[in-house]
Amino acid sequence: MNWLIAILQTLLFVALAPLLAGWLKWCKCYLQNRKAPSLFQPYRDLLKLTHKQPVVAEQASWLFVTAPYIIFSATILAASVIPLIAVDLPTSASADVIVMVGFFAFARFFLALAGLDIGTAFGGMGSSREMTISSLAEPAMLMAVFTLTMTASTTNLSGAIAHVLNSGLVLRPSFVFALFALILVAVAETGRVPVDNPSTHLELTMIHEAMILEYSGRHLALIEWASQLKLMIYGVLIANIFFPWGIAETFTAQALGYGLLAIMGKLGLLAIFLSIAETLVAKMRLFRVQEYLGFAYLLGLLGMLSHIILEASR
Amino acid sequence: MNIVQTDFYTQAILSMAALVGLTSFLMLGQSRLLRLIFVFALQGLLLTSTTALAAYSLDNPHLYISAVLTLVLKVIFIPWMLRREVLRMNMHRDIQTLSNKTMVMMGGASLMVFSYYVLHPIVQTTSPVMLNALAVSLSVVLLGMLLMITHRQAIAHVVGFMSIENGLFFAAIVATKGMPMVVELGVAFDVLVAAVLFGIFFFHIRTSIDSMDVDLLNKLHEVDK
Repeated sequence: MNWLIAILQTLLFVALAPLLAGWLKWCKCYLQNRKAPSLFQPYRDLLKLTHKQPVVAEQASWLFVTAPYIIFSATILAASVIPLIAVDLPTSASADVIVMVGFFAFARFFLALAGLDIGTAFGGMGSSREMTISSLAEPAMLMAVFTLTMTASTTNLSGAIAHVLNSGLVLRPSFVFALFALILVAVAETGRVPVDNPSTHLELTMIHEAMILEYSGRHLALIEWASQLKLMIYGVLIANIFFPWGIAETFTAQALGYGLLAIMGKLGLLAIFLSIAETLVAKMRLFRVQEYLGFAYLLGLLGMLSHIILEASR
Repeated sequence: MNIVQTDFYTQAILSMAALVGLTSFLMLGQSRLLRLIFVFALQGLLLTSTTALAAYSLDNPHLYISAVLTLVLKVIFIPWMLRREVLRMNMHRDIQTLSNKTMVMMGGASLMVFSYYVLHPIVQTTSPVMLNALAVSLSVVLLGMLLMITHRQAIAHVVGFMSIENGLFFAAIVATKGMPMVVELGVAFDVLVAAVLFGIFFFHIRTSIDSMDVDLLNKLHEVDK
């Protein structure tokens, strides 16, 4: 029964990810006085791409063809670790938050290799940029997550969220820092506006798009879907770690329904904030990204410090 | 002490302490003067709300007067004066890059650890909340000094000085549960007088070297180094 719910939750994760992307696009269009596409446009795009014949360059090795499948499945595995509508699921008990970061690193490794595989200039450029950014973003993310895990004294996400939920409304200074750090990292890792622009193919500024420039057809669909999933994973992490109220603790139909409504509401709000930020902020120069991520790391460090200084029992 | 066991007032004061520390770090990393002044006003606002919170929870009405004074002086008057100065000098478009931003930030983080380490012996004699608030305010003082060392503009120096005063004020509010009214009025007027004096100082520095960059003061040497 528990495994069934865990699998269902992961399927829900995969199914809802394009909807979140569509809602985000809708908010952005509304804020920029443009006519918004339908909320279900990302689904249609994915469907259209799966019907098209993928074109693969002659020089491409086997890696180029298999990479989309590896990336997509690694991202799904990462998603299965995270409590979406209920805590205490068997999948989240078997892998902790460090494994989740490991899955992301695994997917990114293959994406960077696929970018290099064809040998075009843009792919290599995108790969090198992506690795630069991720090498700076990963420590900051781990710092932010460790603040949570030190508070709950477990690296298991499900246990940590249950701990935050059970201790009620406690104002924790360290969580303020960790929240800001995680938001900054999430923006950098999912390639949103101040770091990368997801809606442009302007050659000199792109990072993620540069790596997947050679992909087409169902391969492109899988990679796009994986990046939408990654956006949703970060959104769920921020929403459920820092505002866990509403998540189901028992597996009754009513609690699960409330959990689903709560997470959809939280993600909807988060997407509104993200779209406002993306409309107000201009993309920054690539060479300033390290300052930005250094600041995120500093916030994570301060979160950990203030946990030790201000909160820990002694 | 575990934070879950403390009352809501303590949690709120600790969160305020963390946010005040954060604003000090934000000030350290700013390269634009107008944004620096804005963050300084934000720190003043946090101080105001801390004072009001202390007044409400300790049932100490004269702290409300102190909160209003802080609001008027540190959130409205001094930032307004500094902002006017920046706009008049036409410096709001200048970006002053720090020579080594990451090193400065990491230095700031180690100052925070250091101030906690220095104050750690106090934990034997007093409540842990007071220790934490004191550690944060000491680090705000040290970060203000670091701000004065790393920035070259005279206005940034003034902001650093005022944020040192903010740190002391925060310690006074949290640790003593409200000083006597005479002391607080005295401190508030000291700040006011300091602001006016800085205005005069700006005027003189501008008329003599035609810039706000204090590194240019070296050029007053008769012999070029």
